[in-house]
Amino acid sequence: MKLVTGIVQPHRLDDVKTALESAGVRGMTVSEASGYGRQKGHTEVYRGAEYTVDLVPKVRVEVLVADADVTAVTDAMVGAAQTGKIGDGKVWVVSVDDVARVRTGEHGDAAL
Amino acid sequence: MELDTGATAWMLMSASLVLLMTPGLALFYGGMVRGKSVLNMMMMSFGAIAVTGVVYVLWGWSMSYGADVAGIFGNPFDQFGLSGAIYDDAGEFIIDDFGVPAIVGIGFQATFAIITVALISGAIADRVKFGSWLVFVGLWVTVAYFPMAHMVWGGGLLSPDGPFASIATPIDFAGGTVVHINAGAAALVLALVIGKRKGFGSEPMRPHNLPLVMLGAALLWFGWFGFNGGSAFTADGTAGLAWVNTTAATCAAILGWLVVEKLRDGSATSLGAASGVVAGLVAITPAAGALSPVGSVVVGAIAGALCAFAVSLKYRFGFDDSLDVVGVHLVAGLWGTVAIGFFATESGLFYGGGASQLAVQVIIAVIAVLFSGVVTLVLALAIRPLGWRVSEEAEVSGIDLAVHGETAYENSGSTITEAR
Repeated sequence: MKLVTGIVQPHRLDDVKTALESAGVRGMTVSEASGYGRQKGHTEVYRGAEYTVDLVPKVRVEVLVADADVTAVTDAMVGAAQTGKIGDGKVWVVSVDDVARVRTGEHGDAAL
Repeated sequence: MELDTGATAWMLMSASLVLLMTPGLALFYGGMVRGKSVLNMMMMSFGAIAVTGVVYVLWGWSMSYGADVAGIFGNPFDQFGLSGAIYDDAGEFIIDDFGVPAIVGIGFQATFAIITVALISGAIADRVKFGSWLVFVGLWVTVAYFPMAHMVWGGGLLSPDGPFASIATPIDFAGGTVVHINAGAAALVLALVIGKRKGFGSEPMRPHNLPLVMLGAALLWFGWFGFNGGSAFTADGTAGLAWVNTTAATCAAILGWLVVEKLRDGSATSLGAASGVVAGLVAITPAAGALSPVGSVVVGAIAGALCAFAVSLKYRFGFDDSLDVVGVHLVAGLWGTVAIGFFATESGLFYGGGASQLAVQVIIAVIAVLFSGVVTLVLALAIRPLGWRVSEEAEVSGIDLAVHGETAYENSGSTITEAR
Protein backbone atom coordinates (compact mmCIF):
# COMPACT_ATOMS: atom_id res chain seq x y z
CA MET A 1 0.00 0.00 0.00
CA LYS A 2 1.06 3.55 -0.69
CA LEU A 3 0.15 6.97 0.56
CA VAL A 4 -0.09 9.48 -2.29
CA THR A 5 0.18 13.07 -1.04
CA GLY A 6 -0.35 16.05 -3.28
CA ILE A 7 0.23 19.72 -2.43
CA VAL A 8 -1.78 21.61 -5.04
CA GLN A 9 -3.16 25.04 -5.81
CA PRO A 10 -6.44 25.59 -3.91
CA HIS A 11 -8.29 26.48 -7.11
CA ARG A 12 -7.35 23.10 -8.66
CA LEU A 13 -8.93 21.07 -5.85
CA ASP A 14 -12.27 20.43 -7.56
CA ASP A 15 -10.58 19.11 -10.72
CA VAL A 16 -8.22 16.95 -8.66
CA LYS A 17 -11.15 15.46 -6.77
CA THR A 18 -13.03 14.69 -9.99
CA ALA A 19 -9.96 13.11 -11.61
CA LEU A 20 -9.28 10.95 -8.56
CA GLU A 21 -12.86 9.73 -8.48
CA SER A 22 -12.58 8.84 -12.20
CA ALA A 23 -9.43 6.90 -11.39
CA GLY A 24 -11.41 4.80 -8.93
CA VAL A 25 -10.40 6.50 -5.69
CA ARG A 26 -13.21 6.19 -3.14
CA GLY A 27 -11.90 8.37 -0.32
CA MET A 28 -9.42 11.09 0.41
CA THR A 29 -8.34 13.55 3.09
CA VAL A 30 -8.07 17.23 2.23
CA SER A 31 -6.53 19.86 4.46
CA GLU A 32 -5.51 23.49 4.16
CA ALA A 33 -1.78 23.99 4.01
CA SER A 34 0.61 26.84 3.44
CA GLY A 35 4.11 26.89 2.10
CA TYR A 36 6.29 27.86 -0.80
CA GLY A 37 8.49 26.29 -3.42
CA ARG A 38 10.35 27.89 -6.25
CA GLN A 39 7.76 30.60 -6.74
CA LYS A 40 8.58 31.97 -3.25
CA GLY A 41 5.96 34.26 -1.74
CA HIS A 42 4.52 37.60 -2.76
CA THR A 43 4.41 41.14 -1.38
CA GLU A 44 1.41 42.87 0.16
CA VAL A 45 1.14 46.59 0.95
CA TYR A 46 -0.82 47.91 3.93
CA ARG A 47 -1.04 51.70 4.34
CA GLY A 48 2.17 52.03 2.35
CA ALA A 49 4.11 49.45 4.43
CA GLU A 50 5.29 46.50 2.35
CA TYR A 51 5.18 42.96 3.72
CA THR A 52 6.72 39.89 2.12
CA VAL A 53 4.37 36.95 2.56
CA ASP A 54 6.49 33.76 2.26
CA LEU A 55 3.82 31.19 2.86
CA VAL A 56 1.07 31.05 0.29
CA PRO A 57 -2.10 29.01 0.70
CA LYS A 58 -2.12 25.46 -0.71
CA VAL A 59 -4.29 22.39 -0.34
CA ARG A 60 -2.98 18.99 0.77
CA VAL A 61 -4.74 15.96 -0.74
CA GLU A 62 -3.95 12.53 0.72
CA VAL A 63 -5.04 9.22 -0.75
CA LEU A 64 -4.27 5.66 0.38
CA VAL A 65 -4.02 3.27 -2.59
CA ALA A 66 -3.14 -0.34 -3.37
CA ASP A 67 0.30 -0.80 -4.96
CA ALA A 68 -1.23 -1.60 -8.37
CA ASP A 69 -3.10 1.73 -8.52
CA VAL A 70 -0.24 4.05 -7.64
CA THR A 71 0.69 5.14 -11.13
CA ALA A 72 -2.89 5.78 -12.24
CA VAL A 73 -3.70 7.81 -9.12
CA THR A 74 -0.48 9.80 -9.22
CA ASP A 75 -0.96 10.59 -12.89
CA ALA A 76 -4.57 11.62 -12.31
CA MET A 77 -3.55 13.98 -9.52
CA VAL A 78 -0.68 15.55 -11.46
CA GLY A 79 -2.77 15.88 -14.60
CA ALA A 80 -5.65 17.60 -12.86
CA ALA A 81 -3.51 19.94 -10.74
CA GLN A 82 -1.28 21.10 -13.56
CA THR A 83 -1.53 24.63 -14.95
CA GLY A 84 2.06 24.74 -16.24
CA LYS A 85 2.87 27.77 -14.10
CA ILE A 86 5.32 27.99 -11.25
CA GLY A 87 3.64 27.20 -7.91
CA ASP A 88 1.59 24.21 -9.15
CA GLY A 89 2.82 22.06 -6.26
CA LYS A 90 4.21 18.55 -5.71
CA VAL A 91 2.93 14.98 -5.53
CA TRP A 92 4.84 12.29 -3.68
CA VAL A 93 4.38 8.63 -2.78
CA VAL A 94 5.44 6.81 0.38
CA SER A 95 5.07 3.17 1.39
CA VAL A 96 2.56 2.31 4.12
CA ASP A 97 3.11 -0.70 6.42
CA ASP A 98 -0.50 -1.28 7.36
CA VAL A 99 -3.95 0.30 7.27
CA ALA A 100 -6.88 -0.45 9.56
CA ARG A 101 -10.53 0.46 8.95
CA VAL A 102 -11.84 1.74 12.25
CA ARG A 103 -15.47 0.64 11.73
CA THR A 104 -14.74 -3.04 11.03
CA GLY A 105 -11.22 -3.62 12.24
CA GLU A 106 -10.14 -4.94 8.78
CA HIS A 107 -6.44 -4.66 7.90
CA GLY A 108 -4.36 -4.28 4.75
CA ASP A 109 -5.80 -3.97 1.23
CA ALA A 110 -9.25 -4.91 2.55
CA ALA A 111 -9.27 -1.69 4.57
CA LEU A 112 -8.64 0.57 1.57
CA MET B 1 -38.81 77.65 24.81
CA GLU B 2 -41.43 75.12 23.83
CA LEU B 3 -40.53 71.48 23.28
CA ASP B 4 -39.80 70.63 19.62
CA THR B 5 -40.49 66.93 19.36
CA GLY B 6 -38.99 66.61 15.86
CA ALA B 7 -35.71 68.18 16.94
CA THR B 8 -35.71 66.13 20.14
CA ALA B 9 -36.26 62.89 18.23
CA TRP B 10 -33.37 63.71 15.90
CA MET B 11 -31.04 64.57 18.78
CA LEU B 12 -31.87 61.32 20.61
CA MET B 13 -31.21 59.47 17.36
CA SER B 14 -27.97 61.39 16.82
CA ALA B 15 -26.72 60.60 20.31
CA SER B 16 -27.41 56.92 19.67
CA LEU B 17 -25.61 57.05 16.33
CA VAL B 18 -22.53 58.67 17.87
CA LEU B 19 -22.45 56.09 20.67
CA LEU B 20 -22.44 53.35 17.99
CA MET B 21 -19.25 54.85 16.55
CA THR B 22 -17.09 53.61 19.42
CA PRO B 23 -17.99 49.91 19.02
CA GLY B 24 -17.49 50.60 15.29
CA LEU B 25 -14.05 51.96 16.13
CA ALA B 26 -13.37 48.78 18.10
CA LEU B 27 -14.00 46.75 14.93
CA PHE B 28 -12.01 49.18 12.76
CA TYR B 29 -9.00 49.05 15.09
CA GLY B 30 -9.49 45.38 16.04
CA GLY B 31 -9.18 44.19 12.46
CA MET B 32 -5.98 46.16 11.97
CA VAL B 33 -3.98 44.58 14.81
CA ARG B 34 -2.60 41.05 14.93
CA GLY B 35 -4.87 38.16 15.86
CA LYS B 36 -3.23 37.75 19.25
CA SER B 37 -4.23 41.23 20.44
CA VAL B 38 -7.59 41.94 18.80
CA LEU B 39 -9.60 41.53 22.02
CA ASN B 40 -7.40 43.94 23.96
CA MET B 41 -7.70 46.45 21.13
CA MET B 42 -11.48 46.20 21.20
CA MET B 43 -11.55 46.31 25.01
CA MET B 44 -9.69 49.62 24.96
CA SER B 45 -12.71 51.09 23.13
CA PHE B 46 -15.26 49.38 25.36
CA GLY B 47 -13.25 50.42 28.44
CA ALA B 48 -13.27 54.02 27.20
CA ILE B 49 -17.07 53.85 26.87
CA ALA B 50 -17.46 52.49 30.40
CA VAL B 51 -15.18 54.94 32.21
CA THR B 52 -16.16 58.05 30.25
CA GLY B 53 -19.88 57.36 30.52
CA VAL B 54 -19.63 57.34 34.31
CA VAL B 55 -17.25 60.30 34.55
CA TYR B 56 -19.43 62.36 32.21
CA VAL B 57 -22.53 62.32 34.38
CA LEU B 58 -20.45 62.96 37.53
CA TRP B 59 -18.32 65.94 36.46
CA GLY B 60 -17.82 65.78 32.68
CA TRP B 61 -20.85 67.82 31.71
CA SER B 62 -20.18 70.37 34.44
CA MET B 63 -16.53 70.79 33.40
CA SER B 64 -17.59 71.25 29.76
CA TYR B 65 -20.64 73.46 30.07
CA GLY B 66 -20.79 74.51 33.73
CA ALA B 67 -19.81 77.87 35.22
CA ASP B 68 -16.72 79.22 33.42
CA VAL B 69 -13.33 79.25 35.13
CA ALA B 70 -10.83 81.54 33.35
CA GLY B 71 -12.21 80.61 29.94
CA ILE B 72 -10.48 77.20 30.15
CA PHE B 73 -12.86 74.81 31.88
CA GLY B 74 -16.21 74.66 33.62
CA ASN B 75 -16.45 74.32 37.39
CA PRO B 76 -16.80 70.55 38.01
CA PHE B 77 -18.87 71.20 41.14
CA ASP B 78 -21.27 73.63 39.47
CA GLN B 79 -23.46 70.85 38.09
CA PHE B 80 -21.79 67.81 39.67
CA GLY B 81 -23.86 64.69 39.05
CA LEU B 82 -25.96 66.76 36.63
CA SER B 83 -27.56 68.59 39.57
CA GLY B 84 -29.39 71.61 38.21
CA ALA B 85 -28.75 70.51 34.62
CA ILE B 86 -31.93 68.53 34.05
CA TYR B 87 -34.86 70.33 35.75
CA ASP B 88 -35.67 73.98 36.28
CA ASP B 89 -36.85 75.46 39.57
CA ALA B 90 -40.43 74.47 38.80
CA GLY B 91 -39.39 70.83 38.38
CA GLU B 92 -39.90 70.92 34.59
CA PHE B 93 -37.32 69.64 32.10
CA ILE B 94 -35.04 72.45 30.98
CA ILE B 95 -35.56 73.08 27.25
CA ASP B 96 -32.68 74.55 25.21
CA ASP B 97 -32.84 77.24 22.50
CA PHE B 98 -33.67 74.63 19.84
CA GLY B 99 -36.64 73.23 21.79
CA VAL B 100 -34.69 70.17 22.87
CA PRO B 101 -34.56 69.08 26.54
CA ALA B 102 -31.12 69.82 28.05
CA ILE B 103 -30.81 66.22 29.21
CA VAL B 104 -30.87 65.07 25.56
CA GLY B 105 -27.99 67.41 24.77
CA ILE B 106 -26.07 66.03 27.74
CA GLY B 107 -26.39 62.51 26.37
CA PHE B 108 -25.31 63.70 22.92
CA GLN B 109 -22.20 65.42 24.31
CA ALA B 110 -21.24 62.42 26.46
CA THR B 111 -20.92 60.28 23.34
CA PHE B 112 -18.40 62.77 21.88
CA ALA B 113 -16.16 62.51 24.92
CA ILE B 114 -16.31 58.70 24.66
CA ILE B 115 -15.26 58.43 21.01
CA THR B 116 -12.52 61.06 21.38
CA VAL B 117 -10.56 59.26 24.09
CA ALA B 118 -11.18 55.88 22.43
CA LEU B 119 -9.54 57.18 19.23
CA ILE B 120 -6.22 57.55 21.08
CA SER B 121 -6.00 53.80 21.78
CA GLY B 122 -4.97 53.04 18.18
CA ALA B 123 -1.60 54.70 18.75
CA ILE B 124 -0.65 52.37 21.60
CA ALA B 125 -2.03 49.04 20.41
CA ASP B 126 -0.86 45.64 21.65
CA ARG B 127 1.27 46.76 24.60
CA VAL B 128 -0.51 48.72 27.35
CA LYS B 129 -1.80 47.51 30.72
CA PHE B 130 -5.59 47.59 30.68
CA GLY B 131 -5.80 49.13 34.17
CA SER B 132 -3.40 51.93 33.26
CA TRP B 133 -5.45 52.63 30.14
CA LEU B 134 -8.66 52.94 32.18
CA VAL B 135 -6.96 55.33 34.61
CA PHE B 136 -5.68 57.34 31.65
CA VAL B 137 -9.16 57.49 30.09
CA GLY B 138 -10.74 58.93 33.24
CA LEU B 139 -7.98 61.48 33.76
CA TRP B 140 -7.51 62.46 30.11
CA VAL B 141 -11.14 63.33 29.51
CA THR B 142 -10.98 65.36 32.72
CA VAL B 143 -7.85 67.40 31.97
CA ALA B 144 -7.88 67.44 28.15
CA TYR B 145 -11.30 66.73 26.65
CA PHE B 146 -13.68 68.60 28.96
CA PRO B 147 -11.51 71.76 29.01
CA MET B 148 -11.17 71.68 25.21
CA ALA B 149 -14.94 71.20 24.81
CA HIS B 150 -15.45 74.12 27.19
CA MET B 151 -12.98 76.35 25.38
CA VAL B 152 -14.47 75.73 21.93
CA TRP B 153 -18.15 74.98 22.56
CA GLY B 154 -18.80 76.02 26.16
CA GLY B 155 -18.13 79.75 25.85
CA GLY B 156 -14.39 79.58 26.61
CA LEU B 157 -11.26 81.06 25.03
CA LEU B 158 -11.62 79.49 21.57
CA SER B 159 -15.38 79.95 21.27
CA PRO B 160 -17.29 82.68 19.46
CA ASP B 161 -17.38 84.44 22.86
CA GLY B 162 -13.59 84.29 23.26
CA PRO B 163 -10.89 86.88 22.50
CA PHE B 164 -10.09 85.56 19.00
CA ALA B 165 -13.61 86.28 17.83
CA SER B 166 -12.49 89.88 17.33
CA ILE B 167 -10.52 88.61 14.27
CA ALA B 168 -13.28 86.33 13.00
CA THR B 169 -15.72 83.90 14.61
CA PRO B 170 -13.84 80.59 15.11
CA ILE B 171 -15.62 77.67 13.42
CA ASP B 172 -15.49 74.11 14.75
CA PHE B 173 -18.83 72.64 13.74
CA ALA B 174 -18.53 69.13 15.18
CA GLY B 175 -15.07 68.70 16.63
CA GLY B 176 -12.00 69.25 14.44
CA THR B 177 -10.15 70.76 17.39
CA VAL B 178 -12.05 69.25 20.32
CA VAL B 179 -12.13 65.70 18.98
CA HIS B 180 -9.61 65.01 16.24
CA ILE B 181 -6.71 67.39 16.86
CA ASN B 182 -7.14 66.73 20.56
CA ALA B 183 -7.01 62.93 20.15
CA GLY B 184 -4.35 63.04 17.43
CA ALA B 185 -1.92 65.19 19.41
CA ALA B 186 -2.48 63.03 22.50
CA ALA B 187 -1.84 59.92 20.40
CA LEU B 188 1.51 61.27 19.22
CA VAL B 189 2.60 62.09 22.77
CA LEU B 190 1.52 58.69 24.14
CA ALA B 191 3.22 56.78 21.31
CA LEU B 192 6.45 58.63 22.14
CA VAL B 193 6.22 58.20 25.93
CA ILE B 194 5.13 54.54 25.85
CA GLY B 195 7.50 53.50 23.06
CA LYS B 196 7.39 51.05 20.20
CA ARG B 197 6.01 47.55 20.11
CA LYS B 198 8.61 44.80 20.27
CA GLY B 199 9.68 44.17 16.71
CA PHE B 200 8.21 47.38 15.28
CA GLY B 201 9.73 47.94 11.84
CA SER B 202 11.35 44.50 11.71
CA GLU B 203 8.60 41.95 12.36
CA PRO B 204 5.48 41.71 10.20
CA MET B 205 2.47 43.40 11.81
CA ARG B 206 -0.05 43.27 9.05
CA PRO B 207 -3.77 43.64 9.76
CA HIS B 208 -5.25 40.26 10.69
CA ASN B 209 -8.85 40.79 9.51
CA LEU B 210 -9.63 43.40 6.85
CA PRO B 211 -13.37 42.54 6.65
CA LEU B 212 -13.60 43.65 10.32
CA VAL B 213 -11.89 46.90 9.35
CA MET B 214 -14.38 47.47 6.52
CA LEU B 215 -17.32 46.74 8.84
CA GLY B 216 -15.89 49.15 11.41
CA ALA B 217 -15.45 51.86 8.79
CA ALA B 218 -19.07 51.39 7.69
CA LEU B 219 -20.35 51.73 11.27
CA LEU B 220 -18.16 54.79 11.85
CA TRP B 221 -19.54 56.42 8.71
CA PHE B 222 -23.14 55.64 9.69
CA GLY B 223 -22.57 56.94 13.21
CA TRP B 224 -20.92 60.05 11.85
CA PHE B 225 -24.25 61.25 10.47
CA GLY B 226 -25.27 61.71 14.09
CA PHE B 227 -21.93 63.30 14.88
CA ASN B 228 -22.12 65.94 12.14
CA GLY B 229 -25.85 66.01 11.42
CA GLY B 230 -26.60 66.16 15.14
CA SER B 231 -24.20 69.06 15.58
CA ALA B 232 -26.85 71.28 14.00
CA PHE B 233 -28.65 70.62 17.34
CA THR B 234 -31.98 70.43 15.53
CA ALA B 235 -33.54 68.75 12.51
CA ASP B 236 -33.22 71.50 9.92
CA GLY B 237 -31.46 72.55 6.72
CA THR B 238 -28.09 72.86 8.45
CA ALA B 239 -28.37 69.24 9.56
CA GLY B 240 -29.19 68.26 6.00
CA LEU B 241 -26.26 70.30 4.66
CA ALA B 242 -23.95 68.64 7.18
CA TRP B 243 -25.27 65.22 6.11
CA VAL B 244 -24.60 65.87 2.40
CA ASN B 245 -21.23 67.53 3.03
CA THR B 246 -20.20 64.58 5.21
CA THR B 247 -21.08 62.15 2.45
CA ALA B 248 -19.51 64.19 -0.35
CA ALA B 249 -16.21 64.70 1.48
CA THR B 250 -15.99 61.07 2.54
CA CYS B 251 -16.62 59.73 -0.95
CA ALA B 252 -13.98 62.06 -2.39
CA ALA B 253 -11.52 61.06 0.33
CA ILE B 254 -11.85 57.37 -0.59
CA LEU B 255 -10.95 58.27 -4.16
CA GLY B 256 -8.10 60.53 -3.03
CA TRP B 257 -6.54 57.80 -0.88
CA LEU B 258 -6.97 55.10 -3.56
CA VAL B 259 -5.41 57.22 -6.32
CA VAL B 260 -2.30 57.76 -4.18
CA GLU B 261 -2.11 54.04 -3.42
CA LYS B 262 -2.57 52.98 -7.01
CA LEU B 263 0.16 55.33 -8.24
CA ARG B 264 2.59 54.71 -5.38
CA ASP B 265 2.04 51.07 -4.37
CA GLY B 266 0.40 49.56 -7.44
CA SER B 267 -2.94 48.53 -5.90
CA ALA B 268 -6.03 50.29 -4.60
CA THR B 269 -6.58 48.42 -1.31
CA SER B 270 -9.57 47.80 0.92
CA LEU B 271 -7.60 49.11 3.90
CA GLY B 272 -6.94 52.25 1.85
CA ALA B 273 -10.65 52.68 1.15
CA ALA B 274 -11.55 52.19 4.83
CA SER B 275 -8.81 54.64 5.84
CA GLY B 276 -9.99 57.13 3.23
CA VAL B 277 -13.48 56.95 4.74
CA VAL B 278 -12.13 58.00 8.13
CA ALA B 279 -9.81 60.68 6.71
CA GLY B 280 -12.72 62.28 4.87
CA LEU B 281 -15.05 62.09 7.87
CA VAL B 282 -12.42 63.67 10.11
CA ALA B 283 -11.65 66.52 7.70
CA ILE B 284 -15.29 67.47 7.15
CA THR B 285 -16.16 67.31 10.86
CA PRO B 286 -15.23 70.91 11.75
CA ALA B 287 -16.47 72.20 8.40
CA ALA B 288 -19.69 70.30 7.77
CA GLY B 289 -21.99 73.26 8.44
CA ALA B 290 -19.85 75.95 6.78
CA LEU B 291 -18.98 74.54 3.35
CA SER B 292 -20.83 73.93 0.10
CA PRO B 293 -21.10 70.31 -1.07
CA VAL B 294 -18.66 71.04 -3.92
CA GLY B 295 -16.21 72.62 -1.48
CA SER B 296 -16.63 69.50 0.67
CA VAL B 297 -15.61 67.29 -2.27
CA VAL B 298 -12.39 69.28 -2.67
CA VAL B 299 -11.61 69.25 1.06
CA GLY B 300 -12.33 65.50 1.24
CA ALA B 301 -10.23 64.56 -1.79
CA ILE B 302 -7.26 66.48 -0.43
CA ALA B 303 -7.76 64.88 3.01
CA GLY B 304 -7.68 61.38 1.52
CA ALA B 305 -4.52 61.99 -0.48
CA LEU B 306 -2.80 63.88 2.34
CA CYS B 307 -3.43 61.14 4.90
CA ALA B 308 -2.34 58.40 2.48
CA PHE B 309 1.06 60.08 2.52
CA ALA B 310 0.98 61.02 6.21
CA VAL B 311 0.64 57.44 7.46
CA SER B 312 4.20 56.75 6.25
CA LEU B 313 5.70 59.45 8.46
CA LYS B 314 5.91 57.16 11.49
CA TYR B 315 8.44 54.95 9.73
CA ARG B 316 10.55 57.95 8.75
CA PHE B 317 10.52 59.44 12.24
CA GLY B 318 10.57 56.10 14.05
CA PHE B 319 7.55 56.37 16.36
CA ASP B 320 5.07 53.53 16.65
CA ASP B 321 1.70 55.19 16.17
CA SER B 322 0.41 51.69 15.57
CA LEU B 323 -2.86 52.37 13.76
CA ASP B 324 -2.08 55.87 12.44
CA VAL B 325 -4.09 58.04 14.80
CA VAL B 326 -1.63 60.85 14.06
CA GLY B 327 -1.51 60.25 10.32
CA VAL B 328 -5.29 60.21 10.01
CA HIS B 329 -6.90 62.11 12.90
CA LEU B 330 -4.29 64.77 13.63
CA VAL B 331 -3.46 65.44 9.98
CA ALA B 332 -7.06 65.41 8.68
CA GLY B 333 -8.24 67.28 11.80
CA LEU B 334 -5.69 70.04 11.17
CA TRP B 335 -6.51 70.12 7.46
CA GLY B 336 -10.27 70.31 8.00
CA THR B 337 -9.97 73.02 10.65
CA VAL B 338 -7.66 75.15 8.49
CA ALA B 339 -9.56 74.40 5.25
CA ILE B 340 -12.55 76.30 6.69
CA GLY B 341 -10.44 79.44 6.26
CA PHE B 342 -10.33 78.80 2.52
CA PHE B 343 -13.65 77.10 1.78
CA ALA B 344 -16.25 78.55 4.20
CA THR B 345 -18.96 79.94 1.94
CA GLU B 346 -19.59 82.98 4.16
CA SER B 347 -16.08 83.94 5.22
CA GLY B 348 -13.47 81.82 3.40
CA LEU B 349 -10.55 83.17 1.40
CA PHE B 350 -11.75 81.49 -1.81
CA TYR B 351 -15.18 83.04 -1.41
CA GLY B 352 -13.93 86.62 -1.05
CA GLY B 353 -13.96 86.60 2.73
CA GLY B 354 -10.34 87.66 3.15
CA ALA B 355 -7.75 86.02 5.39
CA SER B 356 -9.23 86.71 8.81
CA GLN B 357 -11.18 83.42 8.99
CA LEU B 358 -8.06 81.53 7.89
CA ALA B 359 -6.02 83.30 10.58
CA VAL B 360 -8.42 82.43 13.37
CA GLN B 361 -8.70 78.81 12.21
CA VAL B 362 -4.90 78.45 12.29
CA ILE B 363 -4.83 80.00 15.76
CA ILE B 364 -7.40 77.62 17.25
CA ALA B 365 -5.74 74.62 15.55
CA VAL B 366 -2.29 75.50 16.93
CA ILE B 367 -3.66 76.16 20.42
CA ALA B 368 -5.50 72.81 20.32
CA VAL B 369 -2.30 70.95 19.37
CA LEU B 370 -0.26 72.67 22.07
CA PHE B 371 -2.88 72.31 24.79
CA SER B 372 -3.53 68.64 24.13
CA GLY B 373 0.17 67.86 23.66
CA VAL B 374 1.31 69.47 26.90
CA VAL B 375 -1.56 68.22 29.06
CA THR B 376 -1.21 64.68 27.69
CA LEU B 377 2.56 64.69 28.25
CA VAL B 378 2.15 65.65 31.91
CA LEU B 379 -0.55 63.00 32.35
CA ALA B 380 1.43 60.28 30.56
CA LEU B 381 4.44 60.92 32.80
CA ALA B 382 2.24 61.03 35.90
CA ILE B 383 0.82 57.58 35.10
CA ARG B 384 4.30 56.11 34.52
CA PRO B 385 4.72 54.90 38.12
CA LEU B 386 1.63 52.68 37.60
CA GLY B 387 3.40 51.06 34.65
CA TRP B 388 2.24 51.62 31.10
CA ARG B 389 3.45 48.45 29.45
CA VAL B 390 2.71 44.77 29.87
CA SER B 391 5.73 42.47 30.24
CA GLU B 392 7.77 41.72 27.16
CA GLU B 393 6.72 38.08 27.38
CA ALA B 394 3.02 39.00 27.51
CA GLU B 395 3.42 41.31 24.54
CA VAL B 396 5.21 38.72 22.43
CA SER B 397 2.95 35.80 23.30
CA GLY B 398 -0.19 37.94 22.98
CA ILE B 399 -1.79 40.52 25.23
CA ASP B 400 -5.27 38.95 24.90
CA LEU B 401 -4.37 35.84 26.88
CA ALA B 402 -1.95 37.60 29.24
CA VAL B 403 -4.25 40.47 30.23
CA HIS B 404 -7.80 39.30 29.55
CA GLY B 405 -7.41 35.54 29.98
CA GLU B 406 -9.02 34.76 26.64
CA THR B 407 -8.19 34.45 22.96
CA ALA B 408 -10.20 35.58 19.96
CA TYR B 409 -9.60 32.58 17.78
CA GLU B 410 -9.27 28.87 18.46
CA ASN B 411 -5.72 27.85 17.67
CA SER B 412 -4.93 24.24 16.97
CA GLY B 413 -4.23 22.41 20.19
CA SER B 414 -6.14 24.74 22.51
CA THR B 415 -8.53 22.06 23.70
CA ILE B 416 -10.85 22.80 26.60
CA THR B 417 -9.89 20.30 29.29
CA GLU B 418 -12.30 21.15 32.06
CA ALA B 419 -15.68 22.81 32.24
CA ARG B 420 -16.93 24.27 35.48
